[in-house]
Amino acid sequence: MSGPRRYRPRRPAAAFSYRTWLVAGLALLFPTVADAHLVQTGFGPFYDGISHLAVSPDDLLLVISLSLLAGLRGRSAGRLVLFTLPAAWLLGGLAGIAWPALDAAPLATSLSLLLIGGLVASDLDLADGLVAGMAVAFGLFHGYLNGAAMRGSGLDVVGLLGIVAAVFIGAALIIAGIVSLRRPWARIVVRVAGSWVVAIGLLMLGWWVRA
Amino acid sequence: MVVLAAALALAPARVFAHVQAGEAAGFVTGALHPVSGLDHVLAMIAVGLWGAQLGQPAIWLLPVIFPMVMAFGGMLGLMGIALPGVEIGIAVSAVVLGVLILREARPPLWVAGVVVGLFAVFHGHAHGTELPEGQSGLLYSMGFVMATGCLHALGIGLGLIHRWPAGRSILRLAGGLIAGAGLVFLWQAVA
Repeated sequence: MSGPRRYRPRRPAAAFSYRTWLVAGLALLFPTVADAHLVQTGFGPFYDGISHLAVSPDDLLLVISLSLLAGLRGRSAGRLVLFTLPAAWLLGGLAGIAWPALDAAPLATSLSLLLIGGLVASDLDLADGLVAGMAVAFGLFHGYLNGAAMRGSGLDVVGLLGIVAAVFIGAALIIAGIVSLRRPWARIVVRVAGSWVVAIGLLMLGWWVRA
Repeated sequence: MVVLAAALALAPARVFAHVQAGEAAGFVTGALHPVSGLDHVLAMIAVGLWGAQLGQPAIWLLPVIFPMVMAFGGMLGLMGIALPGVEIGIAVSAVVLGVLILREARPPLWVAGVVVGLFAVFHGHAHGTELPEGQSGLLYSMGFVMATGCLHALGIGLGLIHRWPAGRSILRLAGGLIAGAGLVFLWQAVA
């Protein structure tokens, strides 16, 4: 009489055959062209606009500081700024494209950073309308400068839309992060960031005088 | 076939990355400047240590005051307004802050703010006059303000050990060492 059958687990089938791996390996050695600039689609300027915010520290600092201020003031102010800032930026940019007269204003930028950074650092209780009003004013101004600088460069409205998209996304992320802070020390960190913005604004003022 | 498609998609031949020469270097130069000198580093950390010793609200108020007043000093330097004895002022800042930490001094908040602000002017003036040519002033400013703030944060983090008795002694010892180093810097500045 034979003994009990020993259990031998079956080897699982291989997920991919050797032919599959061979083809994949050969494919990795096959060079192709990466169309990174979307020239054919005409959508390249949009992405140039998106990246503009990352490579323009004066615009980036303004968006960050306004978002910090709006976030500190709460959800209502945050919602207002989230939509008024990009909208104002778009309107200002269109005006700049249509009537370019000025494409840089370091003094005004410095003063705006001093004001907004100071408000963040002091954590003054401001009305939501006032915060939104500042967002509109500075959004119009910086948008105008962007539009005037982009006129004739091939970016124009499509590039402006990219900038506005980046402003909206950046502001959304920062405002959402700030309004969700719960710990008291986290609010202090935001105020410290405001003092840094003031410091940078002061130095920009010095650069302007020196130039 | 899925693997083949993925392999083709991940096999680009060319990627053109645009790099603006010089701009990024300004930020890095600025960020490195506060840590390039031991006198700056010790003074920045000492502000954080002393703030941690003093507790609320000085623990965050002093690191808020310092960058802003430092930037004011930097602005003076950029505008070409001379400030006599900058190196001496920087050295003295290490001595005074070190002694204040050593003695666990607890002056009124406004006095602490004035002391910190006074020394911040000297540090800022030194930073403002030392930008290398050909680099972005704005990025430089951002770099060194942020680096200064990080040094304060380091000081605050280290200073939190004061909540333990052994930590308080270590903190006082650190203050003494900072003051001693400040005397060395002062000697080098006047000699």
